[in-house]
Amino acid sequence: MNEAHPVTEAGSTPAEEAPRSRAPLVWLVLPLAVLALAVAWLVAADPLRSFDNGAPPVENLTFERTVLSSGGIDVLVRAGGSEPMTIAQVLVDDAYWEFSQDPSGPLARGETAWIHLPYPWVQGEAHAVKIITSTGATFEHEIPVAVPTPVPTTGSLVNQALLGAFVGIVPVAIGLMFYPALRGIGRGGMNFLLAMTVGLLVFLMIDAGGEAFELADEAAAIFQGQAMVVLAAAASFLLLMAIGRRDGTPAGLALATFIALGIGLHNLGEGLAIGAAFASGAAGLGTFLVLGFTLHNITEGIGIAAPMLKGRPALWIFPALTLLAGGPAVLGLWIGSLAHAPQWSALALAIGAGAILQVVIEVAAYLMKSDGRGVAALSSWPVLSGAAFGVAFMYATAMLVKI
Amino acid sequence: MGEITDWFRVKLSRRGMLGAGILAAGGSAVAATGAAQQPAPAERSSGSGHDGLGSAGHGSSHGAMMTVGEVDEERNGFDTMKMLTDWETGTVSRLPGGRVLRTFEIDAVDKEIEIAPGVMFPAWTYNGRVPGPALRATEGERLKIVFRNFGSHPHSIHCHNIHSARMDGIPGAGVIAPGEEFVYEFDAVPFGCHLYHCHALPLKRHIHKGLYGLFVIDPDPALHPEHADVARSRLLGTPENAEWQELAMVMNAFDTNFDDENEVYAVNTVAHTYMKRPIPIRRDKPVRVYLVNAVEFDPINSLHLHANFFDYYDHGTTLTPTLRTVDTVMQCQAQRGILEFSFKDHEPGLYMFHAHQSEFAELGWMSFFDVQEAVA
Repeated sequence: MNEAHPVTEAGSTPAEEAPRSRAPLVWLVLPLAVLALAVAWLVAADPLRSFDNGAPPVENLTFERTVLSSGGIDVLVRAGGSEPMTIAQVLVDDAYWEFSQDPSGPLARGETAWIHLPYPWVQGEAHAVKIITSTGATFEHEIPVAVPTPVPTTGSLVNQALLGAFVGIVPVAIGLMFYPALRGIGRGGMNFLLAMTVGLLVFLMIDAGGEAFELADEAAAIFQGQAMVVLAAAASFLLLMAIGRRDGTPAGLALATFIALGIGLHNLGEGLAIGAAFASGAAGLGTFLVLGFTLHNITEGIGIAAPMLKGRPALWIFPALTLLAGGPAVLGLWIGSLAHAPQWSALALAIGAGAILQVVIEVAAYLMKSDGRGVAALSSWPVLSGAAFGVAFMYATAMLVKI
Repeated sequence: MGEITDWFRVKLSRRGMLGAGILAAGGSAVAATGAAQQPAPAERSSGSGHDGLGSAGHGSSHGAMMTVGEVDEERNGFDTMKMLTDWETGTVSRLPGGRVLRTFEIDAVDKEIEIAPGVMFPAWTYNGRVPGPALRATEGERLKIVFRNFGSHPHSIHCHNIHSARMDGIPGAGVIAPGEEFVYEFDAVPFGCHLYHCHALPLKRHIHKGLYGLFVIDPDPALHPEHADVARSRLLGTPENAEWQELAMVMNAFDTNFDDENEVYAVNTVAHTYMKRPIPIRRDKPVRVYLVNAVEFDPINSLHLHANFFDYYDHGTTLTPTLRTVDTVMQCQAQRGILEFSFKDHEPGLYMFHAHQSEFAELGWMSFFDVQEAVA
């Protein structure tokens, strides 16, 4: 501040308040001016020329979507080169194939383009698309099982909604239907149920987090998948914590709603992943697999019901919570099968993981408060066995659906 | 649960039908190909029939299996069409005893070349072209190859013929550093279809980067009285030789991403070049192909001629065929030979020739002869 004084005093009107208001402005402009100078010098004088060792520019290409239709194969690619890169030729199964690029021309960093290949692909078999850039670098994409990509017709949307309902809505509804039966339980039973909820949520969080990291690895480097997942999860956690704690620790219906929201966000990510796997032919969904998902998710409904057992919620609350927790699975399936890119699925799963962490903390807090013993309640027999049961049940039923 | 099972069943059968639809579409495309490939004789005999064979036209009639775009021959500095008949005969002078001294000048130059439309390859070249100049001499001449290395690595010229150890072009005997010059001297023996290539180390890299070329020694008819007519037909510059359509072909390939596997295969460097511009052939003149395999990484290569058979002279070192009436010949790396055939009993049209390793064919080593009544 003191050093800035001479500058401001040189101004025309040395009013009483003026030095204070102008000094920060100078300190705002000065660093920006230095930045502008540095950029200008870098561009004009090219002082880093000595680092140019003659190596070809770094090129990177990520395949984001694959669409198989009767017209052939379409792939959406995203460039990630240090300089704009040019797709020179495309091979399918190690044969040069005619292609068209839309939009044509070199691809700048982060830009996407569709490559259309009129290739007679074979139902149920594997194919490989390889792109050669002008520098001779190659980027390969495997289509493990070729099946026609679903197109958004009314019929297919209804079918996917049906699948989403079985994966998301039905199990939550079934779980909530235990509500009347659970109402009469004592303190020990209540603790068991809440701890089970924590256990299943922890499992979902680990599952969502792991899957998010996995998908993030498939995304273009420009998205910085790992950082994106961590930041999105942290942001959703903090945001929901802040909202939830506005009026004190959430309890009862509010807590149930947060649990439903967390599970809903997780189901959105799950739906995206299933939809994408389905669209790419990686997963042939059988009845057994769908049943597995249904069974796997039933405990979610019980978990949502647990904090409401002491209150007397209106009847419409139940379908509303069911839709909040299970509905996003339908949404996810639609989006995942029609417009999938790994970074969006990773983002959805990361947000879900953050939301679940918030619920885990709030349910644990609620458990301690309603029990009355505080932290000591956590080491009680019903809580430990409940948590263990929750995790074990989820793990065991997940065996039905992991491929 | 019943509905969802039904749904999967329905879904699957719908897909099956889609697949069938694709097959049907493919089938009709093949049928259309058949129709498109029998041009009216009048149209063919116009002499410029191949002008319209752009990549788009070929795409539809060959299942679109084709590189997209055109190679800039001007920027490359060599034209694959001209390369077929562009023989480097050097400069000729007489030694004191009256013997012919033929001198070739070859420079090693680093150069980026376009090996498929839009795909650039940082090549090492002889005289700025890949394959290097197709050297042609006559049996018994004294040969002198003045080699200058303007490249960034040590290089040499290792000729596949009979010569002394000092002239072998291996490390210690003719491999020279950048900026140096070396003169290889030896006799033009034996006659045949040979090759030369760089023998600096590591060998694989120096060969697949582009340092190889044809080296043909024509037989001297005077030395082969029992087959003097055959020898004369092989000797460049004779009226008998002018009756032939001679073509220089080097089968080569490029590893563009340096993973020791080739991405591009071709004859004379550019993928699909003779598909997009079929080689014009006069129906009534016999054809002689000087063929050498310079492909690195793959153990063998081959040439298969459609709808015709040829006589084959392995290494070209005999005046009678070593294989008669074959339509496919196999060559390991550095193996070479002469193919002789004729289309005089064929109707005009496009006759394919390609490697009968389908993999190589699909990666660019696929070509056409455009057989016509007269060649412009």
